[in-house]
Amino acid sequence: MAHSAEEIRSHVRFYIGVFVGLIILTILTVWIDQFHIGAEDSDVGNTIVGLAIATLKAGLVAAFFMHLTSEKPMIFRFLFATVAFVIAMFILMLLAHFDPIVPVFVQ
Amino acid sequence: MEIPYTVTARADTGLWNAKIGIWLFLASEVMLFGGLFSGYVFLRLGAASTPDYDWPTELLNVPMGFVNTLILIGSSVTVILSWSALKLREYNKFKIWMSITLLCAVAFLGIKTVEYTEKFTGYGIFLNDGAEIKGKYATEQEGFVTIVPKYPEKAEAAGFTPAPATLAVHEGSYVIPVENVVRWSNFQPSYNTFYSIYFTLTGLHALHVIGGVVVLGYFLFFGGPMWRTNPEHLANRVEVGGLFWHFVDLVWIFLFPILYLM
Repeated sequence: MAHSAEEIRSHVRFYIGVFVGLIILTILTVWIDQFHIGAEDSDVGNTIVGLAIATLKAGLVAAFFMHLTSEKPMIFRFLFATVAFVIAMFILMLLAHFDPIVPVFVQ
Repeated sequence: MEIPYTVTARADTGLWNAKIGIWLFLASEVMLFGGLFSGYVFLRLGAASTPDYDWPTELLNVPMGFVNTLILIGSSVTVILSWSALKLREYNKFKIWMSITLLCAVAFLGIKTVEYTEKFTGYGIFLNDGAEIKGKYATEQEGFVTIVPKYPEKAEAAGFTPAPATLAVHEGSYVIPVENVVRWSNFQPSYNTFYSIYFTLTGLHALHVIGGVVVLGYFLFFGGPMWRTNPEHLANRVEVGGLFWHFVDLVWIFLFPILYLM
């Protein structure tokens, strides 16, 4: 993390650059949605591209605005556990979707 | 009693306490929104695999969502510039950047209010044969359900007829006997699965924006005494509030494409 005045001033210029990058990626998200990507009867291509851009934007915010590029190891321990649990939650949800409990109707 | 480690780092963690606290809080927030996001994905996949299931993303206003995205990203920059100003001991600049941040938050909530109003003044009618007719100004009177349909030709094909002059309805209204209708309502959370998850996700996010406004507004309007006695402590508080604000921005970065575009 920045400490000296000169370091902070140089970071401010960098933040502005990240801001411009985020705006460009937001415009790209909306622009690219006009086109159908992948199989004709499926939204999977557009979904993957849209989420990939969103993940890139989130990465920029977390890395630079939230200072994760220069954070202490303790924070990453918390984040590792958080990400692991979130992934586990999504896997549980996907398991429920692809292997659902089918209702049985007794005549 | 003096709270320890508000400015200096603890030897064992290498961090001042509030920094650890906010990251633990954000971890719980990730789980909260992660649960709702996974719920959204589950419902979205279910809708995609159900023939003719309506997932009405086209009803959301993309330009408004786009502008709100730019506003929140802009506010993320201004909040970090306000923190940088404090680190550089420029209090007046801090006040300017923080004021802009709060204005962005108010603008975001204003646009969201307009969007919600659009939803609550839109109506849908479900018919016995499974058809769904959408429009505005729906009412029920004299044994008929009336609506100004968005697509009149679709309403006529579903059995609607132009409203008789005896009914007090808006111009362009169509009617259908109430016995042909299963249910009708405005686009409220109980209307269908999409609106329930839409209002849950965006409503919870809006509550976070309001919470951020309260915290950052407190620093702006009541930060003076702390600035004069311990400016580094105020800078750390603003950094912690800023981390929360960036998280609010992060959530919206994902909400915008999945709700408005997919």
